[in-house]
Amino acid sequence: MTGQKSGTETSARAGTSRDGASRTRAHSLRNLATQWEMLLVYLLVAVFLVNSFISPYFLNAPNLLDSTFNFMEKAIMALPMMLVIICGDIDISVASNLALTSVFMGMASAAGAHTPVLILVGLVVGSALGWFNGMLITRFAIPSIAVTIGTLSLYRGIASVILGDGAYTVYPRSFAYFGQGYIPGTHVPFELVLFAVLAAGTGFLLHKTSFGRRVYAIGNNQTTTRFSGVNVDRYRLIAFTLNGLAAGIASILLTSRVGSTRPNIATGWELDVITTVVLGGVAITGGRGKIWGVALGVFLLGFLQFGMGLVNIPGQVMNIADGFILIIAIMAPELIRRGRAKASLSARRAAKAP
Amino acid sequence: MKDLFKRRETSLFVIILILAAAVGFRAHDFVTPGNFLFIFKDSSILFVVSIGQFLVILTGGIDLSVASIMGFTGMSVALLDKVNPNMPLVVIILAAMAIGFVLGSFNGLLVSALNIPPIIATLGTLSIYRGFVIVLSGGTWVSADQMAAPFRDFPQASFLGLSNMICIAIVVFAVFAVFLHLTRKGRDIYGIGGNMLASQYVGIDVKKTNFMVFALSGILSGLAGYLWVAFYASAANDSAAGLELQTVAACVVGGVSILGGYGTIAGVLLGSIFIGVVKNALSMIRISPFWQVAIQGFVILLAIVLNTVLDRRAQASMLKRRVL
Repeated sequence: MTGQKSGTETSARAGTSRDGASRTRAHSLRNLATQWEMLLVYLLVAVFLVNSFISPYFLNAPNLLDSTFNFMEKAIMALPMMLVIICGDIDISVASNLALTSVFMGMASAAGAHTPVLILVGLVVGSALGWFNGMLITRFAIPSIAVTIGTLSLYRGIASVILGDGAYTVYPRSFAYFGQGYIPGTHVPFELVLFAVLAAGTGFLLHKTSFGRRVYAIGNNQTTTRFSGVNVDRYRLIAFTLNGLAAGIASILLTSRVGSTRPNIATGWELDVITTVVLGGVAITGGRGKIWGVALGVFLLGFLQFGMGLVNIPGQVMNIADGFILIIAIMAPELIRRGRAKASLSARRAAKAP
Repeated sequence: MKDLFKRRETSLFVIILILAAAVGFRAHDFVTPGNFLFIFKDSSILFVVSIGQFLVILTGGIDLSVASIMGFTGMSVALLDKVNPNMPLVVIILAAMAIGFVLGSFNGLLVSALNIPPIIATLGTLSIYRGFVIVLSGGTWVSADQMAAPFRDFPQASFLGLSNMICIAIVVFAVFAVFLHLTRKGRDIYGIGGNMLASQYVGIDVKKTNFMVFALSGILSGLAGYLWVAFYASAANDSAAGLELQTVAACVVGGVSILGGYGTIAGVLLGSIFIGVVKNALSMIRISPFWQVAIQGFVILLAIVLNTVLDRRAQASMLKRRVL
């Protein structure tokens, strides 16, 4: 829905603006993007300073590395969510997907499966649930928000039907490595390295391949892209399946880290994942965003929440902050853009006047 | 077109009857007048909130924050009542609606003045408002014995032999049926959902209307927040949590198009009763309450897919008729 709407808006605007004007607009948008990423860097530095002011233990390498355990699962989910949002779609079922995938891994583990099988279960179930979202969305041409509201409830519901108020707590010892382990001989968490590798992969896919260019094209104008011969629905289906795969990976990491599965695992995480992506400068209407921004967004939000934990802000209150961060992150570029449009308009008027 | 609407609602009505008969066959307690009264009372809360959700969905948006607004207003008025036990009930109900209006207006501002997509704006306020509940209550809850008698008894009392809850549902139904069908503002809402650009060109103030539907949704959620707290006789930090999905379900089951512009108030009423019957039936035939969320999700998906397929078929047949 959002995709199509933004599509018509862009085309309507492009129709009225002349060549030169659209070139300057593109230029100022690029400017805005780099400025946004610089702003994120400044904010990240500020958060670091505040955190180390609050706690003398914050700014030392092992503690910093350990604190990333708290947000690497969300960070990994943010990567393909970026693809989904750039396509102009959204997926709010990711946290429920994570929970259901974790339940399936718990069942497999209870049946005596070993670590490699558990990993396979996690990857396959996660991808399958993401694929199911994508199928409903593309096959029936239903807006992604509507479908994923349904599966948000369905996946979480199936998880609680299977588990009731029970929990799976028995996992093989070797399974604990993925969420708790370090790269041998260093103090670098496995989760952090995995995120770095996946982020590099996502960046390559988005910025260096024709696949990535087409994803941006779909987000900018779905109709034009379809008429240019791109199988739009296939790309969207791939984006949703990858999103499910990432939820599966996150499920493996989180289940391994906490060592148990309850049906309410990761409740509300969709908010954090979407906030990370939007904070990273990805336009919620699709078509715009860079991997660097999202990577910065991951660490900014992660360390911000870690800092709030340092001063003992309770989780529910932290949600207030998260909600505001999401809204401000969406609002800020829009306001900046408006301010610029006004400034450039008055500049042009001044230039015209003799 | 009108026939299709009619058929949709009658078929939903028949489905509800069949469901009730089937459940009644398994559990005889289900088909007692007392139980039906309970279902109607329970559904009337859902119906009141769902009308707000319906208005927002009609414009092509969605309001995920309704349950958090209910939680916050419910907690606010419960605390207000605890501190001033002598406060008249009318003041309490007006306060609930006023608080709902403020929270709903904030959503409306985000969407209309700042162009934030409704799903994102209300996903944010869903957690903001719920966080406010904890801040307000300090993590505690208000129990039945801390509430004044009129506050607590209102949902159980009746007016002219009809339960107060059902009376409120009837008033809301009547007011919004008139509003949507007989006033210009009401028709504007359908217009925007049907075609936003065209509505703008014919002079409908899209921004103002968008703001209005969120404000109305807030007011109705505020009213429902009081009803919830009084009906269940406790104001907890998580009261009504997750109800936003039930309101979406009630709308789509009732035939409201998730794309906007399409749907009737009678459909929403039947959708709310359907959800209420399913919820009650599950406990009557002793199916674990854990099934409820899964069934709700399944019903939402099925209803959305069916709506889309049926709409498309209806449009195709209309086109065909015109060509011939």
